[in-house]
Amino acid sequence: MGSEIKLKKKDFQSDQDVRWCPGCGDYSILAQVQKSFAELGVNRDETVIISGIGCSSRFPYYMTTYGMHSIHGRAPTFATGLKVSRPELNVWVITGDGDSLSIGGNHLIHAMRRNVNLKILLFNNRIYGLTKGQYSPTSETGKRTPSTPLGSVDNPFDPVSVVLGAGATFVARSIDTDTKHLQEMIKRAHAHKGTAIIEIYQNCNVFNDGAFVQITNKDAKEEQQLRLVHGEPMLFAGGTKGIRFNQLGVPEVVEVGEGKTSLDAICKHDETMDTPAYAFTLAQLRYPDHPTPVGVFRAVSRPTYDDAVNEQTQRAVAAKPSADLSSLWHQGEVWEAE
Amino acid sequence: MATSSTPTGQDMSATPRPIIEVDSVVIRFAGDSGDGMQLTGSEFTKASAVAGNDLSTLPDYPAEIRAPTGTLFGVSGFQLQFASHQVFTPGDQPDVLVAMNPAALKTNLPDLVTSGSLIVNTAAFTKPNLTKAKYESNPLEDGSLEGYQVFPVDVTGLTKECLKDSGLNAKSIDRCKNFFALGMTFWMFNRPIEPALKSINDKFRKKKPELADANIQVFKAGYHYGETAEIFTQSVQVKRAEIAPGKYRNIMGNSATAIGLVTGATLAELPLLYAGYPITPASTILHELSRYRAYGATTIQVEDEIAAAGAAIGASFGGSIGVTASSGPGVALKAEAMGLAVSLELPLVVVNVQRGGPSTGLPTKTEQSDLLQMLYGRNGESPVAVLSARTPGDCFDCAIEAVRIAVKYMTPVVLMTDGYLANGAEPWRIPKLSDIAPFPAKFRTDPENFFPYERDEKTLARPWVKPGTPGLAHRVGGLEKDALTGHVSYDPENHQKMCELRRDKILRIQQELGPIEVNGEHEGEVLVIGWGSTYGAITKSVNELREGGAKVSHVHLRWLNPLHPHPPQPQALRPTPWTARPARSRCGTVARSRSPGWDAT
Repeated sequence: MGSEIKLKKKDFQSDQDVRWCPGCGDYSILAQVQKSFAELGVNRDETVIISGIGCSSRFPYYMTTYGMHSIHGRAPTFATGLKVSRPELNVWVITGDGDSLSIGGNHLIHAMRRNVNLKILLFNNRIYGLTKGQYSPTSETGKRTPSTPLGSVDNPFDPVSVVLGAGATFVARSIDTDTKHLQEMIKRAHAHKGTAIIEIYQNCNVFNDGAFVQITNKDAKEEQQLRLVHGEPMLFAGGTKGIRFNQLGVPEVVEVGEGKTSLDAICKHDETMDTPAYAFTLAQLRYPDHPTPVGVFRAVSRPTYDDAVNEQTQRAVAAKPSADLSSLWHQGEVWEAE
Repeated sequence: MATSSTPTGQDMSATPRPIIEVDSVVIRFAGDSGDGMQLTGSEFTKASAVAGNDLSTLPDYPAEIRAPTGTLFGVSGFQLQFASHQVFTPGDQPDVLVAMNPAALKTNLPDLVTSGSLIVNTAAFTKPNLTKAKYESNPLEDGSLEGYQVFPVDVTGLTKECLKDSGLNAKSIDRCKNFFALGMTFWMFNRPIEPALKSINDKFRKKKPELADANIQVFKAGYHYGETAEIFTQSVQVKRAEIAPGKYRNIMGNSATAIGLVTGATLAELPLLYAGYPITPASTILHELSRYRAYGATTIQVEDEIAAAGAAIGASFGGSIGVTASSGPGVALKAEAMGLAVSLELPLVVVNVQRGGPSTGLPTKTEQSDLLQMLYGRNGESPVAVLSARTPGDCFDCAIEAVRIAVKYMTPVVLMTDGYLANGAEPWRIPKLSDIAPFPAKFRTDPENFFPYERDEKTLARPWVKPGTPGLAHRVGGLEKDALTGHVSYDPENHQKMCELRRDKILRIQQELGPIEVNGEHEGEVLVIGWGSTYGAITKSVNELREGGAKVSHVHLRWLNPLHPHPPQPQALRPTPWTARPARSRCGTVARSRSPGWDAT
């Protein structure tokens, strides 16, 4: 489609009214996807966006691509069937923390394990919004909600750790309001061959306002965010602090500078590390003891499921050029009755 | 052995022996689940098919893969009826029982006809085996088998003797003994041995050539033993059945379903994506389809039943025919996804190979108890098309029909079979290419005045658009759709309209269905209405009753939603004084859901 006119952000905006609550972080994510798609020159007719259920899952209705608003937690299954049968399509999955980590946990981990060539945006607001504010599998322990008036006793999931454990080949984290960074992550996910997942910290200003404020607000940002950049030392707080791995491989925060720890001792981020243990260790860095990493945790190459299935098919077809209905029916012992 | 035994005294083999000619024989092979009874039964079946008999089979095996040896619950059986006339069932009571151990005798003897033939492996009647089978004394010695024609044979010992120079270990030798029993029955019933020799060779030659040789040797030894040991005083001949001319092969229901699905997809000119999750008794559909990549079928085994339904729907959205199969408990898990397919109005084929329920129920036993689940087991008003196969071979035709209707009407179609059809076998007349008309799927490509939920006037189907088609990008989903644009709509009048459209679309399928066939007069005293795999049993019973002068007729439903349209003769299905609706479930679900008032959907 080289002759197509260059698309703009608005070309990805459908005629449907966006119905999220005013102030919802979803608006920004939608805008960054539209902007990034325009800049990437994504072909609308060859793109399919599939969602599950929840606030974020209204997303396909607001895009001008092909789309399917499916059922709760199962979006990766529809996307897998579509991608295997139509590998040339550009397939994205939109999901939330309840959709992908609670009711749909099984499908999420199996998508990672298979490395289906899907792009998954996981909107994490640490709450059930559409059902009016119950605690989610990423809510902090002790969370008081309509379903946990005494405080939740559940230990939360960290989405990045879960997907790394399931064998994800591309894992990133970004923030709804950090528009430039989010666009960069979307473009990186788009370029990755295999399952790419971005956990997006998303504010629900109605049911869980300020869920990530300790990390995202202007004053705390420098101190609380660790920007992961491949090949660069893991520095934060304006370069005055960094992450060093001790002899046991445990990361620790150190002061960097003259008379303190030297820059050479600071670990340089390597997103291509074969072992997921490294990225998993980074995923354990959390507020309040550590700065929270944002950026690409892991980007490695592994054969994709859809490619593998279709290569098998091509081999099978090549090995049996005589395959037709007649040979299908005449298998085994055949006899003639007169 | 049924009817008209006439000694003919024909000399069929080297040794002269009297030959009894009979119309039909029911034989059952029973042994430990590790004794290879299913293989033995299917070899006998193949040979009988090649001999030109009509036949019907019933495998009956335990859920345990290798139950403890010698136990009553570990008995595996395979029953077969073969005849010189048309056969509708595997038979009620076996005429011949092959019992490989005491447990097999104990569990199967009550079914054997009075004075039936009983071949027993005497070597297995040891003290420990008798105890495991809960026999207080040895039935071979205590006179309890009087009245049966007992043929005691040391199958184990003879097999050992036969293979003593084979170099195989004792365990492997012991596992060949089923072929000795098979050989004896081949002699007894004049089966041609070539198909079995070829089949054993095909099965074992590549992987374990030494076993191919051993099994062939033992099989022949069993055959010759029958000939020379003179314990069988006569041999039995069942003549060829008169069947329609053409090429035949033996087929099991799940195989017929699998090749029917591939045939349907080919005729629709669509790639087929089958997504499945292992479950008894549906798994063999997945196994068989997995071999047909070159024929346009892609199979994926996914993480659960829901994912299987989801992947199939995703493929249908992409322009393939999405298919999934399962059994009752698995289909229950797919219900929400099937409801989504109703809302999306995409083609989807769901095969339910029914088994006994509720819950896990009886995985290896058959039942017809999921009809209400398939008709109504979804939230909201979500009608789907439902049809049912009546014989193993009929699964082929029904699978093609399921694909055709799903594509033409843009709807999920449920094909109901069951464990009895899935594992049962019958000779199947291979169709000719010219017998079956293609029905190529149509995709919308014209972007002018495109509305995703605009309807075909005749079928009420909405247009099918492949993602990737320029200018036709659109969104679908499980929220109620505007009846034309497909946009989300909460409007009550639109919802009413959509409910009616979805109902009417299924009703329109009646256009495709011919008038219902009635076996018997259109007016009688009793009308028997059946569906699915009870076809054989009902047909046989009704025919017998009619031969006895009873005014009984039979209607067998293929389509359960929608129902067949009224037959041309209005009186045909008027309630008769008696209406019986037998089914393989205690309550007879069709009786509750589908009365001859024909109030469909």
